[in-house]
Amino acid sequence: MSVGVVMLVHTALERAAQVARHWSDSGCPVVIHVDKRVSRSGYASFVAALDDLPDILFSERHRCEWGTWSLVAASQTASALMLARFAQVQHVYLASGSCLPLRPVSELIDYLSGRPRTDFIESATIEDVPWTTGGLDAERFTLRFPLSWKRHRRAFDAYVALQRKLRIKRRMPEGLVPHLGSQWWCLTRQTLTAILEDPDREIYDRYFSRVWIPDESYYQTLVRLYSDHIESRSLTLSKFDFEGKPHVFYDDHLQLLRRSDCFVARKIWPHAHRLYDSFLAPGQTLMHDAEPNPGKIDRIFSKAVERRTKGRPGLYMQSRFPRWGHEQVKTCAPYSVFEGFSDLFENFDLWLSQVVNARVHGHLFAPGDVQFHGGGAVFTGALSHSGDIRDYNAKAFLTSLIWNTRGERQCFQFSPRDNQEVTWLMAEDPNAQISVITGTWALALFRSKGNFDQIRKEAARLQRIENDHMQALQSPHARARVRVWSMADFIESPMEPLQSVLDEIGPRATQRISEAPKMVDLNGFGRFLQNLKNQGMHPYSVGDYPMTGEAFEPRQLRRRAYVVKS
Amino acid sequence: MGIAKSLRIAGRLRMKRRRLLFRSFRKRRQLHPVENRTSRIKADSILAFSTVRNEMVRLPYFLEYYRALGVNHFLFVDNESDDGTAEYLREQPDVSLWTTPESYKLSRFGVDWLTWLQIKYGHNHWCLTVDADEILVYPFCDTRSLRALTDWLDDSSIRSFGTLMLDMYPKGPLDAQTCEPGQDPFEILSWFDSGNYMMERHPELHNLWIQGGVRARKFFPDQPRRAPSLNKTPLVKWNRRYAYVSSTHALLPRELNQVYDQWGGEKASGVLLHTKFLHTIGEKTREEMQRRQHFGNSEEYVAYHDVLQHSPDLWCKWSEKYINWRQLEILGLMSKGNWA
Repeated sequence: MSVGVVMLVHTALERAAQVARHWSDSGCPVVIHVDKRVSRSGYASFVAALDDLPDILFSERHRCEWGTWSLVAASQTASALMLARFAQVQHVYLASGSCLPLRPVSELIDYLSGRPRTDFIESATIEDVPWTTGGLDAERFTLRFPLSWKRHRRAFDAYVALQRKLRIKRRMPEGLVPHLGSQWWCLTRQTLTAILEDPDREIYDRYFSRVWIPDESYYQTLVRLYSDHIESRSLTLSKFDFEGKPHVFYDDHLQLLRRSDCFVARKIWPHAHRLYDSFLAPGQTLMHDAEPNPGKIDRIFSKAVERRTKGRPGLYMQSRFPRWGHEQVKTCAPYSVFEGFSDLFENFDLWLSQVVNARVHGHLFAPGDVQFHGGGAVFTGALSHSGDIRDYNAKAFLTSLIWNTRGERQCFQFSPRDNQEVTWLMAEDPNAQISVITGTWALALFRSKGNFDQIRKEAARLQRIENDHMQALQSPHARARVRVWSMADFIESPMEPLQSVLDEIGPRATQRISEAPKMVDLNGFGRFLQNLKNQGMHPYSVGDYPMTGEAFEPRQLRRRAYVVKS
Repeated sequence: MGIAKSLRIAGRLRMKRRRLLFRSFRKRRQLHPVENRTSRIKADSILAFSTVRNEMVRLPYFLEYYRALGVNHFLFVDNESDDGTAEYLREQPDVSLWTTPESYKLSRFGVDWLTWLQIKYGHNHWCLTVDADEILVYPFCDTRSLRALTDWLDDSSIRSFGTLMLDMYPKGPLDAQTCEPGQDPFEILSWFDSGNYMMERHPELHNLWIQGGVRARKFFPDQPRRAPSLNKTPLVKWNRRYAYVSSTHALLPRELNQVYDQWGGEKASGVLLHTKFLHTIGEKTREEMQRRQHFGNSEEYVAYHDVLQHSPDLWCKWSEKYINWRQLEILGLMSKGNWA
């Protein structure tokens, strides 16, 4: 009883020779198929390097190309030679030149001799398993693929498109159900013999020679005809990235590979000296009957695929720059924007930082310098308070701020007086929680002692800016969580809306807020508004503010905030 | 964009690339070989190209670092050093050296000279084009050699590798600590700005234009547009038809500038640690003020000069202390992409 290894080799011949010698030294006969594209001298020295080992044979050479039938043909020729020449072989293990045994070969032999009738081959029906890449799964079997994808990509794609258009479909040979799986298998002598000596083999071969990547489907499909005990998994640890390329193992994977308990891994970087030295060294520790457990490696590689395809949302850097609108979230974490509150309440940011568990800034986008929390000249990530730098790329300023402070919620004030460049960024960002009291820009004008004509102009300008801003927040494209009150509505019952906003941010204490922020003096504000109206400038966004001109008494009637988008 | 317009742009860029190549062809006679060891370059050698001027403080560490990473051969152009740089370089067994007395500025800051060397020696090689003050950090650079990276890039059919130039600075005045030749400069320059970078996409060349960092913060706070570009593509599987457009910020053909993902994913990328702010910066700046051989009519150096006069501390309490590449990757300054 023994295991025979069929090796498909095309590059890194020295490493392949080293591994072949290891298999052979451990009692496994080896049949090697060397790609015909390897130069004559390269092949000759490879053969010479192994000619002291009688149990290593070289099979007839095919010119191999990824994705084509040639790889199946190579494994067929080599397997046939293996079965014919080594009668003691019970299992045949298909490996590549960049495979590396991770456990003592004797353990593999014991493992397989304990399961003499079992075929280890990953074989899944295409209906049940969405196969990974390329968008070709069922079509692998129904279209024809006579062209090389690597060399003639355009012609390949054009021919596929043509067949789709003409709705050409191939018929599968009678009795076959298409299955796919890893091309690295380990089959019993019985099963492999049955496949290679099938009277209908010519029909099957002709069919599969036009299938796309037949080395992932030929044995995987045919084994279903003959095997009575299929263990649908590969004994070779082999992970693929998002484009279907195999991941490569390096020296720093040593511990990971050790702990995986897998028998064989691919692909190994040819210069990974530590891996080759460690795993091919004699006297490896025995793990006995441990089952392969590639879970941890799986996680690392699936994380890599996720990083490559999804990345870290809200991060903009030299190798990640999503097109505008492609990504739903624009920033990496939720944040809160308060518009109008700092006009209506005295020292609103101080009050806010006492009641919520978050970092509260002033007007980050105010004219002039950035009003960071605490008034510093620099903030997390070494963001500068220079208004010029901020305004040079205001969106980058905001996304950087949120990225730099991940783990701590940010709150900031905003108003029509501030740089409006970030309006759409915030409006389209589901991470933004925006609370607006409209019309409060009038309060600062009300207190200013300027020429009324200028005040009137400024009021018109601010109201126009506010209107544009509100249109963005309320547009169908907006994804931010927006709450809007007119100033008149808000001051009727300020606590209830405030409480709902704060609840969402996460208050410092669980009890309701006891102390309200102090509202600015509104005495005479109604009169001021009426004056504006009299000048033909209607401050409609303030709402129905009573024109008594006297102190404003909050009424008992309570109105609820309306949530525009959630 | 209409087909006509995109064809027009493509045609213009092609003409521009040919002009750049021709330009460097004309300048080939400005280079005088001092020590040509290029016969030692093998088919799969990884090459480094650099123009230098008075870099004796940095070069010993530079060579040691890149040799350890796996650069097989260095091709230097020396532009009139008088501090022993040329003598030092010509003794190195893996260095080929050319010298030129011509204008650095008129040679597009050395790029024309290097382009000619790349046409001649870089074809089909992985070429690293870096200044003496740029130290490349990439994912797993502490355990995997540059060849592991280039093999992986080859397997992935990727021809260029993007980086962010990260300005490193000391804590305290810049001239307070002296870096000896051969000393690890990051023992002194151990700090950097981690999260104040801004970028946009160049409409024609399609490279990202990144600015920010400590230089925008301290030297250009009121004119950030003039802050230096920090995007660099220093590692390229070279073809004799390629050309750098301005420094290593952008390349032609422009597909090589596509080192970033536009659909939300992260491509693998690295960082060039910039050792500009060693104690020599003051002297260098004074010299450049007189030579006027640097970028943008040396305006950049005028800004440096103005600020450096007041011996500033670039460090602030939000500065980040450099640890290793993993730290940079967590901070979002580089990415492993799908290299695992």
